[in-house]
Amino acid sequence: MIKTIFAFINAAIIQSIPLLYGATGEIITEKSGNLNLGIPGIMYMGGISGIIGGYLYEHSVANPSAILCVLIPLLSSLIGSTLLALIYSFLTISLRVNQNVTGLALTTFGIGIGNFFGGSLLSFFGETGSISLIRTGKAFKASLPFAHKLGIFGKTFLSFGFLAYLAIAIALVTSYFFNRTRAGLNLRAVGENPATADAAGINVTKYKYLSTLIGGAIAGLGGLYFVMDYTGGAWTNNGFGDRGWLAIAIVIFAIWRPTTAILSSFLFGGLYILSIYIPGLSGSAKEIINMLPYVVTILVLVIISMRKKRENQPPAHLGLSYFREER
Amino acid sequence: MTNEKHVKEPLFHITRRTDIKPLAAWGIRLIAVVAALIVSALVIVTITNYNPIEVYAKMIEGSFGSERKFFILLQNTAMLLCVSLAVTPAFKMKFWNLGAEGQVLVGGLASAACMFYAKDSLPSWLLIIIMLVTSILSGIIWGVLPAVFKAIWRTNESLFTLMMNYVAMQLVSFFIMVWVPNGSSVMGVLNQKSESGWLPVVFGQKYGLNIIIVALLTVVMFIYLHFSKQGYEISVVGESENTARYVGINVKKVIIRTMVISGAICGLAGFLLVSGTNHTISKELAGGMGFTAIMVSWLAKFEPVMMIFTSMFIVFLQKGAGEIATAFRLNESVSDILTGIIIFFIIGSEFFINYKINMRSKSKGAE
Amino acid sequence: MACAAIELKNITKRFGSKVVANHNVSLSVYKGEILSLLGENGSGKTTLMNMISGIYYPDEGQIFIDGEEVVIRSPKDAFKYKIGMIHQHFKLIDVFSAAQNIVLGLEEEGKFDIKSVTQRVKEISSMYGFDIDPNKKIYEMSVSEKQTVEIIKVLYRGADILILDEPTAVLTPQETQKLFAVLRKMRDSGKAIIIITHKLHEVLSLSDKVAVLRKGEYIGTVNTAETSESELTEMMVGKKISLNINRTEPKDPEDRLEVKNLNCVSADGVKLLDNVSFTARSGEILGIAGIAGSGQRELLESIAGLQVIESGSIIYHNPKTGTEDELRGRSPIQIRELGVRLSFVPEDRLGMGLVGNMDIIDNMMLRSYRKGHSMFLEKKGPKDLAERIIKDLEVVTPSAQTPVRKLSGGNVQKVLVGREIAASPTVLMAAYPVRGLDINSSYAIYNLLNQQKERGVAVIFVGEDLDVLIELCDRILVISSGKVSGIVEGRGADKGEIGLMMTGANGGANGND
Repeated sequence: MIKTIFAFINAAIIQSIPLLYGATGEIITEKSGNLNLGIPGIMYMGGISGIIGGYLYEHSVANPSAILCVLIPLLSSLIGSTLLALIYSFLTISLRVNQNVTGLALTTFGIGIGNFFGGSLLSFFGETGSISLIRTGKAFKASLPFAHKLGIFGKTFLSFGFLAYLAIAIALVTSYFFNRTRAGLNLRAVGENPATADAAGINVTKYKYLSTLIGGAIAGLGGLYFVMDYTGGAWTNNGFGDRGWLAIAIVIFAIWRPTTAILSSFLFGGLYILSIYIPGLSGSAKEIINMLPYVVTILVLVIISMRKKRENQPPAHLGLSYFREER
Repeated sequence: MTNEKHVKEPLFHITRRTDIKPLAAWGIRLIAVVAALIVSALVIVTITNYNPIEVYAKMIEGSFGSERKFFILLQNTAMLLCVSLAVTPAFKMKFWNLGAEGQVLVGGLASAACMFYAKDSLPSWLLIIIMLVTSILSGIIWGVLPAVFKAIWRTNESLFTLMMNYVAMQLVSFFIMVWVPNGSSVMGVLNQKSESGWLPVVFGQKYGLNIIIVALLTVVMFIYLHFSKQGYEISVVGESENTARYVGINVKKVIIRTMVISGAICGLAGFLLVSGTNHTISKELAGGMGFTAIMVSWLAKFEPVMMIFTSMFIVFLQKGAGEIATAFRLNESVSDILTGIIIFFIIGSEFFINYKINMRSKSKGAE
Repeated sequence: MACAAIELKNITKRFGSKVVANHNVSLSVYKGEILSLLGENGSGKTTLMNMISGIYYPDEGQIFIDGEEVVIRSPKDAFKYKIGMIHQHFKLIDVFSAAQNIVLGLEEEGKFDIKSVTQRVKEISSMYGFDIDPNKKIYEMSVSEKQTVEIIKVLYRGADILILDEPTAVLTPQETQKLFAVLRKMRDSGKAIIIITHKLHEVLSLSDKVAVLRKGEYIGTVNTAETSESELTEMMVGKKISLNINRTEPKDPEDRLEVKNLNCVSADGVKLLDNVSFTARSGEILGIAGIAGSGQRELLESIAGLQVIESGSIIYHNPKTGTEDELRGRSPIQIRELGVRLSFVPEDRLGMGLVGNMDIIDNMMLRSYRKGHSMFLEKKGPKDLAERIIKDLEVVTPSAQTPVRKLSGGNVQKVLVGREIAASPTVLMAAYPVRGLDINSSYAIYNLLNQQKERGVAVIFVGEDLDVLIELCDRILVISSGKVSGIVEGRGADKGEIGLMMTGANGGANGND
């Protein structure tokens, strides 16, 4: 029984990592007033870019080094997701296109790229079968060497690849950034009231671009973690599923706070796999449990709007573009 | 050193345009489509090395290559158009209904439930009517819930409706689990033998009725938006809540009423998909149409008649991409990439319609 | 002699080709001095100050700081020259604390430490006698607290030149006294202060010098000690100009609309209307004069059923039935259902009175589209009406199908007034109907109002140009800070006297309480 609980906790943490990356990235983006509904697409992009980078490296050298097996996919993933975020930024910030339409189109686009390359990468190189980057996956999965010596505790909490710890570190740094730094304060001001931020001498456009790009890059790491660590370097089309939307749900559930997002991701990750760990659960009950994250998110959304506590509201300018002349 | 004292205006200055001619606006959009096709061609060439002209020719074949393909194009267009018509009144009111996907799903689910439980115990026509009514009611419930919260507590509707999609999907999965005990989680064709609850074949076309119903709906929506008092109120609320207040329009009532309509049409779409097209239910019933519809409606500037073309264009892209995928042994996700590129270009072009870039005309010399 | 802290020389600013907001303005302020910038609405005070604070850039002229010519291109440049402006509309982030707002956008060296910011804020507060909690969130603050945050914000940035745009407009008398005490302390510590205002008693009690603008022109600067209210008023409003607007004698006026002890409070708890009472009569034009934002909008919106009323009543005397109906607490539709023919030309034409993106025909329907039981719109009537208005009022438009936002200001107004008049009202309210209009369009509007008056309509005209009010209106109600400071006869009214009443110089002395 205890063993099952620990195994569940371990699995929940694993599930929570991609969600946390996505949520942190989206929080950073939304704090600048950009509702980026392209995050699910960006996460696919982050995954497939990592796969492509890893594949090209692993198949071009006879003896791939573990360090480059990590660095190259990491870099290519960051580039891929930042590029998609750049499309979104250019359209919504510079061209002031509607954010919802752009974001949804970006998700279609990103998932399309992911599934396209995921499905045909091998055929470009005259190979068949499905992508499996064993060495790269192994390199990403490398955990702390002493983790296994610490018994069940080590196995449950310390047996993850570095991306898992990075996710939590990024969320903590983000929280520090929002609350303890000048730039974080300025960023939040941009999302709340860009005209006021502008008047205070803050470069609204720069902040919006940077936060959307960085947020996109971070979200993309969630896709990378999924394909490299979780699946060990393999790609299945649509394998990432709706985790991107779940990440957006977490943003609301965590009321735009990165530290809360860590716990929320764990909770949502746990719910995602809870059904497997409850013995004797029927298939239908499983689906109801999977529904829970979305239902509670709606409840949170409704409750914060009813209570009207100002600190818990979405950034006031979320979803709107800023045009100085219309102040 | 005094030079610095002369002000340097920025290189360009952006102002809002108010006076663009419709022809010029469509010209800009046309340029955007052409640019998008060129970029798409470049993308195709770089990733596949195929001749883009050949690829585009194949795409056309995918939609118009045979009578069957053409009717599938029409049926898909009709369904996408139906959902686009559903989201349009809400968008005109500036209510971001991102939940059409879920509203269609629950509509379809209601129809499937009727078919599943009634089997052939009822005459087909009666079953169809019951399905229609329950589907529409389900769509309304799914659509009106976020609207009520928006109207009373100003709850963010785009996030609310978005989340409702996934609740709907899980609900569908739940019922499939209940209905299909073997655990395959795939619902077979309902009432395969009796065809009870199936929409009848008209003009020898399986999807004929779908197409006719949506065509009628397009006309009705056009009239509703342009000639009815309610449509007029929607426009006023969407343009300016302050004006609505000034003329005594009850904004809350209009929001709720409009989402009832939006949800009802989505429910209808779900009914058509189950009763007319698929005769079964799955999580993928709407297949992303709820989101694509948003783009269709947006690209058409919320004009029902224009939506016929924009929805057909998008379906054409998807079908065409499917065709090249098989022909060139590519993955059919290429259609999503092309759709993305083209939409980026078209929505990006709206900037040049709405704003004017004034280049600095002349530098100011020293006195 | 020491250099002025800031000196403007021959500043001119134009908007577009026609509007000259400032023409050849020169003024200077020294350290340890308070200068009042006095002028009516639209005299260009705020535009002038926005050029100092980097929001606009002057077309002509020079700005000197401590004797050196400077270029101020952005608010950032203004900070650099230690200029701080406190705008009328506060630029604060609601969910931030006072301290967070104060440091927003600052580029200071070193680690960001909100505790040391809080400490500095407390120091500044005690130096000048502010009473503020640096950790309090803006949305929990009163208007006066928010203003304090704005002032500390510029002081924190080390401003030596402070500009305050109508700082007392939103304050209670007690808060105003507190603010003045702070400003005097700042002056004594060597700051140069410019305060924009149109309240004469404040000018006289606070400032060392007064600079007066009128219609964008610089009139002159006088030492406060050597001037008087009447001299300032004359400088501000100028000599009476004859406009030759027609005015007929009212025919059989009878009471139409009776406003009794109306009170209205803003969301922030500020009194917008303070015990307002008056009667509008049929067949006459009742003018409402006052500084912008003195409660005119709230008054008209209260009558139209758009404003939540605290207390008081609005009685409509129905000429057809002879009944007296209470309008308070009724929505615009309910008012119409009572049979009250109330037309309203609001100040915000394209944001309230009309829908900019709709064409003229569709705008004609705004008030009348509900007519009839059909669920469809009846477009014939509105189309005829649109064409009639275009013809009768000489609206310049390509067609009746042109979206109204594409029309010029004067034509937009003709469409709006035309529609409101077409409803054959018994009460017609018009707020600033000639604002931004050229001479010809303005006279066209005056004629329309006069025609309505002759038809026996009770016309309420909110205006800003005193010359127009005096020549057009039969009676003029003067409002100051939400209070009625008096009602004068239009014929033979004295411009200076109205000016004094508007600025509240006579306070509540002859008020109605």
